[in-house]
Amino acid sequence: MLEVKDLSVEVGGRVLLKNVNLEVEKGYTTVLFGPNGAGKSALLMTLMGFSGYNVVKGQILFNGEDITHLPVNERAERGIGIMTQRPPNMTGVKLRDLVGVIAKDNTDIEKRAEYLDMVRFMDRDINVGFSGGEIKRSELLQLSAQKPCLYLLDEPESGVDLMSIEEVGATINDLLLGESKCVGERHERGNSSLIITHTGQIMDFIEADKGYILCNGTVMCSGNPRDLLKEIKTSGYEECVTCKRKRI
Amino acid sequence: MQEKKNLKLNAKTALNKTAAYGEDFDLDKFNVTSQEGEYTEDLNDLDEDTQRTLLNVGIVPSGEGRLGSILMMDNAISHSSISDANIELMSLHHALEKHEWLADYSWNLVSPDADKYTAASYLENADGYFIRAPKGIKTMLPVQTCLVIGSKDVSQTVHNIVIVEENARLDVVTGCTTSKGVERAMHLGISEMYVKKGATLNFTMIHNWAEQIGVRPRTVIHLEEGATFINNYICLKPVKSIQSYPTAYLEGKGAFVRFNTIAVAHPGSELDLGSRVVLNATDTRAELISRTITTGGKVIARGEMIGNAKNSKGHLECHGLVLSNEGSQRAIPVLEANVDDIELTHEAAVGRIAREQVEYLMARGLSEDEAVGMIVRGFLDVGIIGLPDELKEDIDRTIAQIGKKAL
Repeated sequence: MLEVKDLSVEVGGRVLLKNVNLEVEKGYTTVLFGPNGAGKSALLMTLMGFSGYNVVKGQILFNGEDITHLPVNERAERGIGIMTQRPPNMTGVKLRDLVGVIAKDNTDIEKRAEYLDMVRFMDRDINVGFSGGEIKRSELLQLSAQKPCLYLLDEPESGVDLMSIEEVGATINDLLLGESKCVGERHERGNSSLIITHTGQIMDFIEADKGYILCNGTVMCSGNPRDLLKEIKTSGYEECVTCKRKRI
Repeated sequence: MQEKKNLKLNAKTALNKTAAYGEDFDLDKFNVTSQEGEYTEDLNDLDEDTQRTLLNVGIVPSGEGRLGSILMMDNAISHSSISDANIELMSLHHALEKHEWLADYSWNLVSPDADKYTAASYLENADGYFIRAPKGIKTMLPVQTCLVIGSKDVSQTVHNIVIVEENARLDVVTGCTTSKGVERAMHLGISEMYVKKGATLNFTMIHNWAEQIGVRPRTVIHLEEGATFINNYICLKPVKSIQSYPTAYLEGKGAFVRFNTIAVAHPGSELDLGSRVVLNATDTRAELISRTITTGGKVIARGEMIGNAKNSKGHLECHGLVLSNEGSQRAIPVLEANVDDIELTHEAAVGRIAREQVEYLMARGLSEDEAVGMIVRGFLDVGIIGLPDELKEDIDRTIAQIGKKAL
């Protein structure tokens, strides 16, 4: 579904990503680990096509099509959806209006708004005065309306209080299951995702299939996400950095 | 009598007095038309073009959803009707004949010698509208007033008085515009508004001029204890120059004022728009909200709050979008506190639409122009209610054009 080939990205004259190779298969939930400043968010922003993230080398393929230089909205039209860490304050733009435009004939959206406790935010300016958790819930409501087939989620659990982590986790799980009626169908009929997590907490709510570790702008390692998380929790990322250096 | 004579003398000496702000216009280059003109019994009888012109400034020719209508064409009142017997709506000259006491309200808040525009209006004995909501009367529908410049190269002079008596409530929609084909003219408008104890006045003004029109309104509002005045001002179409600085005096405890301004300066337009509040009584509150866009014209957004009484509060918000390199935005917020225990704040921001905001919406599948349109619409939405659908559609069309220019 998504193939990142030898991707190098420059932001403000600084190379943040170097020769990144990564793959997200259809219906698979892929987790991206890495220390602060590794370039995880930059990778997601680049995949969505936001300006300021200049691809200097490599390719992004989505369902076999080269989307490296496509505008943001054309990527969204092809089925890519994103939840960023710090979305901008959208003064004057009401959540209800945006969700209405995105949802088109998607009628389940009101139920989702109730579940996410966002009904009272529908007539507010998006992100203006929202808490960390409210931003995440608002983003999930928008994604529920958008219904992409590839979800790029940047630390969905960060800033979410204990009370609403359940709703956030369950909503993400539901969105990823997509059309599949049971877990067994997930790889054939479910949606794909690339999820950044710092703490691994989100993995309590979703079935993660594959993990990558990104350090210093480069993919260092990949494998079973739970094994990787265990390793990171015991030894931190320092081992990964040294390991790569040894390989080089 | 002596006093009136003095006013006249003062006005005469002010005939060449340049206004404090805005381009100076030579009024001798404009014709003065008669205060007598053709009368229209029913606004539905107006030709299709004129009806469309009225609708685009929020005036409904059928009168549906309106309590009453008054139409001024150049300097003559050409229609006046009211369906609610409780409300007085008529030409100011007629009202001055009817009510002797009204003379005390006339040229009481606005000085004839303030500048050459007030002086000319005074000396011409300008007519206009008079609206009065008597004590305790609360209207549900707005009264509509329409000022049209119907002839080329004229100077339209208008003098209006609005009185909302104790505990009454009145909504007014005023549309100011030009007939098709009138490109160059002047509009001078004096408005004196009185909102008495516990009363509410919602005043919405829509300006829709042509490219060579100069506009110089002079408005003062007087508020008593517990009174509320909400002013909405909308100007989204090209004009040569508007300079306006309405001032509200909050003289009674707990009075409240809000000025909402939304305006677009097209190439060749100069908009010098301000609002000023003087908080002269305790517990008074004021909110001044200005959202302006330039697509090539010049905007000066002024806002001034003067706090003279304890426990009064005011907030001023001046936001300006610059959508073209040719345009300019200048925000001039002024706060003055003359006592302690007072809270006056402001926020001002001018600049382009943030790329980040556009892409945020594009990431949800909106095209670039849909995204810009949504941001511009949101920017200009300050929650003005009661506008007719035709005007809303016209506003949407204007916003869509602005959005396209922004790309």
